Amino acid sequence: MAPKTPAQRTAPRGATAARTTFRQRFDSWREHHKEVALESLRRLLATPLPTAMTILVIAIALSLPAGLYVMLKNAESISEDWDGSAQISLFLNFNTQEQQGRKLAAELARRDDVKRTEYISREQALAEFEAQSGFGDLLEELGENPLPAVVVVYPAVTDLTAAESLRTDLDQLGEVDLAQLDAQWVQRLYAILDLGRRLVVALSMGLALAVLLVIINTIRLAIESRRDEIVIVKLVGGTDAFVRRPFMYTGLWFGLGGCLVALLLIQTVLWWLDEPVQTLSALYRSQFELSGLGLRVSFLMLLGSVVIGLVGARLAVSQHIRAIEPG
Amino acid sequence: MIHFHQVSKRYDNGKEALLNINFELDQGELTFLTGHSGAGKSTLLKLIMLIERPSGGRMVVCNQDVAKVGRSAIPYYRRQIGMVFQNHQLLFDRSVYDNVALPLIIAGYRPRETGRRVRAALDKVGLLDKEALNPIALSGGEQQRVGIARAVVNKPQVLIADEPTGNLDPELSAEIMDLFDQFSQVGVTVLIATHDLGLIARYDHRLLSLDQGRLISDGFDRPDHLQPHLHERGF
Ligand SMILES: Nc1ncnc2c1ncn2[C@@H]1O[C@H](COP(=O)(O)OP(=O)(O)OP(=O)(O)O)[C@@H](O)[C@H]1O
Ligand SMILES: [Mg+2]
Repeated sequence: MAPKTPAQRTAPRGATAARTTFRQRFDSWREHHKEVALESLRRLLATPLPTAMTILVIAIALSLPAGLYVMLKNAESISEDWDGSAQISLFLNFNTQEQQGRKLAAELARRDDVKRTEYISREQALAEFEAQSGFGDLLEELGENPLPAVVVVYPAVTDLTAAESLRTDLDQLGEVDLAQLDAQWVQRLYAILDLGRRLVVALSMGLALAVLLVIINTIRLAIESRRDEIVIVKLVGGTDAFVRRPFMYTGLWFGLGGCLVALLLIQTVLWWLDEPVQTLSALYRSQFELSGLGLRVSFLMLLGSVVIGLVGARLAVSQHIRAIEPG
Repeated sequence: MIHFHQVSKRYDNGKEALLNINFELDQGELTFLTGHSGAGKSTLLKLIMLIERPSGGRMVVCNQDVAKVGRSAIPYYRRQIGMVFQNHQLLFDRSVYDNVALPLIIAGYRPRETGRRVRAALDKVGLLDKEALNPIALSGGEQQRVGIARAVVNKPQVLIADEPTGNLDPELSAEIMDLFDQFSQVGVTVLIATHDLGLIARYDHRLLSLDQGRLISDGFDRPDHLQPHLHERGF
């Protein structure tokens, strides 16, 4: 049979490609992505039980650090209104006369960062000590009152650092032997909160890794189950990106779905805790209200989860798709 | 369109599947590739598809030196070549239409253009009314035609087929051969690997014969034992 001349051939592919504009190509690209995304979703929904289990595992792993974070945030808001509970005790030196001490207390009360002050004379201090400790006899035997006079300063500032700097300030005064900030429980709480914050970070990293591994494994199985299809796609000219794409969307859906369920879980737990917290808060005559994750953090969490999904998919795909070749 | 110059293929296990193969196929030529089982027919087609790389020699396909086609360029290279498989390699999780549309979707055609071309290809193989069915619901011959529609939907310059009539009776084989003939009429270079000697005898196409990985004949003559078939056809 004689070969045909080129003129007899139908238009080659290249001619069509040249006719399509950038805009058209972009449209078809976008259309294709939409299709692939929906197709990936359909595939996940076609096997509801395994999908739900994977999503739930991801959700639980995400809601642990997020839940801890919410707890911390609420604890922080409690510690923010410690107002009134902290006080600075100024122990005056022994050669300060009572009159001098009262004058100092009055002066300090006029400061902006001080709400009010209280003067406790040496005698009052002794009486209080005797009443509270029951060691009165012991002190009597000493013969002399060992207690100094005290000016109790109630700071007007409500945060711990400001209170601390006020204390340092007052410690410089000539009459003052020792200035002591009594906010130990706040300080302890701060230390616990700091610990908690580190715990959230460590937990987040550990569980993010767990989510990543779950996604990698799930997608590895998905790739394995579509081996034949991948071979055919490669044979008819599918690029690595094309082969990768549905799995990337699978990762994205897992990340998104897992995070949404995690947010739902946290919200449910908050709602469940709300009533006892209200009761407790009323008992303390506090205005305290449970707050949730907040829009910004929820959004960041969603973003992070999607990124983990995509990274996991990408890792799984680059590990396995190259190995699946026609042959 | 396809040019083999001293091409050899030795598999990793040391098996010499092809040895110093030389031939040239022009545009629009329809050629049979035959030989005993294990002669190297599939290997030769795999070299053209870049499923395997030659271990020696030079191959030029569609004016491209195949040795210069890197891994990332393989998909674009393959889009110029349609391949038909014996076991047709269809996907049973989607319709006939979606199977045929796959190469176009991969190549990034717009939906409207895709629809037009898929219907044209299905029309060509006579399966336009089956586009919505799952290929599992089709007969063997119909499935093979879906495979052919998929191979040509992208208007490839080269069409290669490995035992395309392997499981089909002579009548269906003739239908399939008619299709290949029509593609070669419009300028597609067609290479068909087959050990169906009856089929080869019934047509007067060029014949490449392999034996133990060597090309032992190239031309329009038929082996002697097939001569009676040729007289039947009044050739
Ligand atoms: N991937 C491989 N690795 C090692 N040897 C192989 C591989 N593929 C094929 N072979 C060997 O190469 C030789 C040619 O095989 P090929 O599949 O090309 O033959 P064929 O002509 O297509 O045979 P058939 O008619 O049975 O399909 C055979 O001896 C086969 O065992
Ligand atoms: Mg073979």
